[in-house]
Amino acid sequence: MSKVILALGNDISTDDIYPGRFMATVLPSETPQFAFFDRTDFNAQLKAKAFPAGSVIVGGENFGCGSSREQACSTLKGHEVVVVARSIARIFLQNSINLGLKVVICPGIEAGEGDELEITADQVLNRTTGRAFDQVQLPAARKGIMDAGGLIPYTRARLMAKA
Amino acid sequence: MGMTVVEKILARAAGLPSVQVGDVVEPKVDLAMSHENAALVINQFQEVFAGTGLAPKVWDPSRIAIIFDHRVPAESPKTATNQKKIREFVAANGISKFHDIRGDRGGICHQILPEYGYVRPGFVVVGTDSHTTSHGALGAFSFGIGATEMASAWSLGIAVNIEVPATIKVVVTGEFPPFVGPKDLILHLIGRLTAQGANYKVLEFHGETIRRMSTSGRIAICNMSVEAGATSGIVPGDEETVRYLREEAGVTEAIPCVTADADAAYVQTVEIDVSTLAPQIACPHMVDNVKPIEQVQGTKVQQIVIGSCTNGRLDDLAIAADTLRGKKVAEGTRMLVFPASTRIFAQALDKGYVLDLMKAGAVVMNSGCGPCLGVHEGALGDHEVALSTTNRNFKGRMGNPTGDVYLCSPAVAAASALTGVITDPRKGA
Ligand code: SF4
Repeated sequence: MSKVILALGNDISTDDIYPGRFMATVLPSETPQFAFFDRTDFNAQLKAKAFPAGSVIVGGENFGCGSSREQACSTLKGHEVVVVARSIARIFLQNSINLGLKVVICPGIEAGEGDELEITADQVLNRTTGRAFDQVQLPAARKGIMDAGGLIPYTRARLMAKA
Repeated sequence: MGMTVVEKILARAAGLPSVQVGDVVEPKVDLAMSHENAALVINQFQEVFAGTGLAPKVWDPSRIAIIFDHRVPAESPKTATNQKKIREFVAANGISKFHDIRGDRGGICHQILPEYGYVRPGFVVVGTDSHTTSHGALGAFSFGIGATEMASAWSLGIAVNIEVPATIKVVVTGEFPPFVGPKDLILHLIGRLTAQGANYKVLEFHGETIRRMSTSGRIAICNMSVEAGATSGIVPGDEETVRYLREEAGVTEAIPCVTADADAAYVQTVEIDVSTLAPQIACPHMVDNVKPIEQVQGTKVQQIVIGSCTNGRLDDLAIAADTLRGKKVAEGTRMLVFPASTRIFAQALDKGYVLDLMKAGAVVMNSGCGPCLGVHEGALGDHEVALSTTNRNFKGRMGNPTGDVYLCSPAVAAASALTGVITDPRKGA
């Protein structure tokens, strides 16, 4: 069971998730401090480690739109949160898979902050409201990357196979 | 069944006779572009090789382009050190398509690539920047990726796991009315499609208006295709593409163009007649919140911005100079102009535009991303309003989450600089 720690609307941009003014910070080990920086209270709670791993951020349509900055994924990955959104912008989805950030596409999801969710293989169950929502499975093409544990080990294996 | 332009490009690059929407392919990469975020790419690239016993080696240094633009000259020791690391990597790996901070060959990545003839019709181009869609203007399949994916491309020379995207055909007809142009067309299209209307799809542009449009205008519309969620925008290569590459980029070798088959399959066709189009404004804080100018004119603005990879080319600066020549930027409004490249800057100097703009009170800044992302220069004060020819107006985009950014064409921005409020350029005509 995972608690919803932030419930957001449509078109949450990577500028919101990781403001452009911190883009000179690139290393995945250093980006987590700037997650949702301009949502001051939420950022402070993240930094204070107020949420257990697996806590959920719920988004509407087009989550992660805008800039291709990968920091928007590494910053969330650093807090081990899970993103459940109605739909996810292309580059953000790809970056999430590449970096191993857990994302769930769930077109009908309805959940508010504080709700308890259970994420199964093909559904998201909102235990607070008693409603169940179907997931859209990630594209099969991305499966190999996820199974390898992300794009770096995947590419490494391909390189070794070539060498 | 025939193929769209992008299907043909992907089939060729993947070594297949044909591809269909949804197929997963691994196209060879013709050009791989990064800017300052190459610092992260280098980090991930070295990770790929860690523990393999192999020396980290890029697959083909001649196919990698690195352009410093996001924070030039560096605003902080951190950025300067990132740039230093990249310079060392570039030298060690023999990367020749490198554009450092220079007044003779610098500029914004999406202007440098076309200007130097690095992109050709039929190419597969990847870039660690979402506006890599720009290069579809030259008939290439060009799209944004993350830094780790770029590290993978540098290692393998291919883009792994690309799903062949569906294509939306956009057919544009009619003559633009005075003071209306490509920027208004793309804003209108984004408003119609919405910010995710083209998610995971390609926008393929056709019609007489596109055929007549200069490469500069085509770059503006392909640049902003991503704001409708598109993987890429593309204008199939034609006479204008060849003219641009020969005359402006100095390309001498053959330039074969890829065209769509007559029976190619599109998921959707959008038709636009521009002959009755009004100037369009994207209102805060989403690019698809597009309104005709009538609905927002009179809104007070503190900062006018003309520039960026969207509208910082010579024709854009000409509109600004023609509007402001002999006049003054309104008191209480500041006007920032940043040419998309140092070549354009020099051309604008030759033509007298820079002096026209300076005499009118505009600040002409160096070529780079500057105010567009507001991390380096040109940030807004609390609750200030900007009117800008850039491509994004997300909350916080111009450096301040309490600021408002409206997006428009150079004609609207220039007319509004004179009044200090959002002004319809057709009124003064
Ligand atoms: S000018 Fe703006 S949109 Fe263009 S590359 Fe720079 S930051 Fe990105």
